[in-house]
Amino acid sequence: MGVKPLSPLDLSLAATLVLLLGILSWRMRLGLEKRLAISALRTTVQLLFIGQVLRVLFSNASFLFVFAISMVMLTVAGREVVVRQHRKIRGFQGWMLGTGSMFISSFAVAFFALAVIIGNDPWYTPQYAIPLLGMLLGNTMNGISLSMDRMTEALWQQRQVVEQRLLLGQTSREAIQEIRQQAMRSGMIPIINAMAAAGLVSLPGMMTGQILGGSSPMDAVKYQILIMFLICAGTGFGVMTAITLTSRKLFDDRDRLRLEVLEK
Amino acid sequence: MSRLEIDNLTFRDHGPYSLEIVGRECLGLQGASGSGKTLLLRAIADLDPHGGSLRLGDMLCAEVPAPLWRKSVALLPAESSWWQDTVEEHFHDFSSLTAGSLKQLGFDFEVGDWQISRLSTGEKQRLAVLRLLENRPGALLLDEPTASLDVANIEKVEQLLLEYSREQNAPLLWVSHDPEQLARVADRSLFMDENGKLTILGGEDGG
Repeated sequence: MGVKPLSPLDLSLAATLVLLLGILSWRMRLGLEKRLAISALRTTVQLLFIGQVLRVLFSNASFLFVFAISMVMLTVAGREVVVRQHRKIRGFQGWMLGTGSMFISSFAVAFFALAVIIGNDPWYTPQYAIPLLGMLLGNTMNGISLSMDRMTEALWQQRQVVEQRLLLGQTSREAIQEIRQQAMRSGMIPIINAMAAAGLVSLPGMMTGQILGGSSPMDAVKYQILIMFLICAGTGFGVMTAITLTSRKLFDDRDRLRLEVLEK
Repeated sequence: MSRLEIDNLTFRDHGPYSLEIVGRECLGLQGASGSGKTLLLRAIADLDPHGGSLRLGDMLCAEVPAPLWRKSVALLPAESSWWQDTVEEHFHDFSSLTAGSLKQLGFDFEVGDWQISRLSTGEKQRLAVLRLLENRPGALLLDEPTASLDVANIEKVEQLLLEYSREQNAPLLWVSHDPEQLARVADRSLFMDENGKLTILGGEDGG
């Protein structure tokens, strides 16, 4: 049993809901209508585009093609991490820091899942590799940008306390221990909460999609559990890497706080 | 011995500065606000990047880990910061303090349990002195250490710091905007002008 296909008319009907919301926002002067319109348009164009790309990709599964697409995904995710920072680390290094952390965590975890756990032949079968990597990147991106933002913001605001602790002879690691913990926590909380609430409060999107697509609920559930674990591990390792690299960037080898590496 | 030697110290557009303070000596530093006195102390504590070399006794700043240097050449900022809930948590071992030193600054052992949020600025500053001395530093860099204190407490803090300097044979670099204070505590004094230039203040041998 396949999915019942949606016609353009079906989508237009759904779009009228968003349109209605936009009109309401305009009448209530919420100022959301412009962003709503742009986002709705973006989601339509971007998803239609990626649909075409995946169609071509699935019909000729070359490793290079899969690799190229995953690199594009990574670059965009890296930019997104930078954009979401309030006080970002200056220049290319700031971009590299978030992107590098995502690469290390998402790609390693995705490779492990594809090659060891799922074990398709070839392991990079795009029907599995691209969605899996997409989910991992999306979630690590959230975690990393949240935790880096929290970290730089906290250091900026608490610089006097941090320097006081350095002056009393603490190492940079000791002086920012609580800030590190909070930053890691804020990056990890979303996925931890999602795991705790999965199935009870919400049916995760991927599982819903699989069930709509005709899979048996138990198959869908098993895949969802796998995905949850992968996302959790990917986010956790990614956040740890990002926080470690960020704190190294913000202190020099003499344990001095160097906030001038931050923009603004 | 514990002599603090500052040799060709440069930072930002300041310097070079070359100073020497011997054990038990107190060098006063006065100057226009914004002239860079605080920056000078921060550079000596190795909290800001700098050129030149710093030495305390046999210890060369560049050769020891920065935290060890800062424990030895201790900077007391004009405004102290606190990050835990109670006073006690900011000390390695609060019970190791002597009743004498606590009493000298107007406290007793109960102060350990006090909430930081309850402390006045002056109380914080006096406790910051005790917190700094707990590390048993070999030299002290004092940035307006008594600016937030009333007259009675100014005297107590001056006394405690000078006694520490004498007992531990520690050099002091004392920044103050109050010439009378420097006359009381400093053996000699320097003046820093708006451009960061140091000159010897007249009337040496202030006692």
